Amino acid sequence: MPTKNSSDRELVALAEVDIKNLSRRNFLGYLGGASALLLTAAACKKDNNPISNNGTNLGSGDVGVLNYAYTLEQIEAAFYTKVFESPYSGITASESALLGDIRDHEVAHREFFKAALAAGAIPALELDFSSINFSSRDSVLGTAKAFEDLGVSAYNGAGKLLVSADYLLLAGKIVSVEARHAAYIRDLIMPGTFADGLDANSLDISRSPSEVFAIAGTYIKTKLNISNLPTS
Amino acid sequence: MKIENIINEIENVDPEIYQRLDGRRSAMKNFTKFSGKIALASLPIAFGSMLNKAYGSPTGTTDAITDVLNFALTLEYIESEFYKKGYDAGVAGTLAIPAGAPIGAIKTIRDHENAHVAFLKTAITSLGGTPVAFTAASFDFTAKGTFPTVFTDYALFLAVAQTFEDTGVRAYKGQAGNLISNNDILTAALNIHSVEARHASHIRQMRKANGGLVPAGVDVKPWITLNQSGIGSSAVQASYDGEEVITQAGVNIVNIGGFTISPSAASECFDEPLTKEQVVAIVTPFFA
Repeated sequence: MPTKNSSDRELVALAEVDIKNLSRRNFLGYLGGASALLLTAAACKKDNNPISNNGTNLGSGDVGVLNYAYTLEQIEAAFYTKVFESPYSGITASESALLGDIRDHEVAHREFFKAALAAGAIPALELDFSSINFSSRDSVLGTAKAFEDLGVSAYNGAGKLLVSADYLLLAGKIVSVEARHAAYIRDLIMPGTFADGLDANSLDISRSPSEVFAIAGTYIKTKLNISNLPTS
Repeated sequence: MKIENIINEIENVDPEIYQRLDGRRSAMKNFTKFSGKIALASLPIAFGSMLNKAYGSPTGTTDAITDVLNFALTLEYIESEFYKKGYDAGVAGTLAIPAGAPIGAIKTIRDHENAHVAFLKTAITSLGGTPVAFTAASFDFTAKGTFPTVFTDYALFLAVAQTFEDTGVRAYKGQAGNLISNNDILTAALNIHSVEARHASHIRQMRKANGGLVPAGVDVKPWITLNQSGIGSSAVQASYDGEEVITQAGVNIVNIGGFTISPSAASECFDEPLTKEQVVAIVTPFFA
């Protein structure tokens, strides 16, 4: 079990404060509420979108952003756990070892957010991997690439949503590991493609939560309410 | 108490109020965060402090941000000039970079670093700052003779490349907090940071394939295990010291939640920052 010290308690305390701030955010409702609703409405037109105002509320402020990260880590951890339990045909020893590493990293990320958020954490999500053929290398690696690139863009887009520099640093510590994963998976699919998909300035792309859920929605059964997440 | 109405009133008179406050989000967030800690009666005073921040020293924050960007630009220049020289030596045949995927990857990374230099120069100029300027002659990639064969020994070239990339990742990470007041610049820096991590991952795979300068029994992975460089040279160790951390925000990552997570995996799954001072100490030998 994790050892909890004073910093951890501070995280928990901050989580409680921010949840209480829900009303304060309503007080400043013109800031995010209206635009988030519009984004949600737009996003809901897509198939398989898990976003619903009746869904599990990720919360507001930094806690909301951390729950957003926790959501993504839940998907990745569950995916790689299944990949490792039922390896695709033709998996090499090297692939098996490094995909096992990635599973450990994602499980650790998921459990870290769960521990850090404590009472502020959303429940475990119900996921849907029925579109993935776990016996097929192409299907598994194609999905892994999509998850890793999506994770990188999500963390890159979430940085500006955070108020706490401490949480920003934590997100930074994780996103570069996701980028290492992304490059490795991409090179497994096609050597030399580790950084394909950058913009014209050779920068990675970033995505907003609604853009991320429009893509990740295929894999999430649980309805999620992101209307209280910060939008800028 | 309708603070947002007051700000809206000011916005009517001064449409740039939010720019002065480093963007709407940070202004309101800083204000709400701040106001949460004080009594309601003190709100006007807090509001006054916020305006002082907006109008009192408008250049302070921008200077701090251009300082960070010039630091980043310096690192990008080092990488850019390093890969230019390495790629050219590869094409000339004096550095044995294998044809095909390896030389292609070095070219790709060179082009990215060049683009990052150009991007940061533009960003600094657009903020009213003056970009630092370096040329090939500014650098000594032998690090004062520590790596004398860096452009003739492919394994050494890759080892120095890995060190630059891993150091770059840690350097950007260490500066993110200093950019938190500017959403656009922070996002751009994060979008460069993850590209450096992609490079690091790939260079590490190239080193594994090459096998040179890898200590016996060490498996070079795309990620950093404990404080291991995977390079048979103590000269690069400062770039890896501190990566062995296995607790985050006071939470022990080893076997977290009852799952089997080894100390190695616990260290791999979080990359650690370096301070500007640490990075400067690491790269100083590479300046001519």
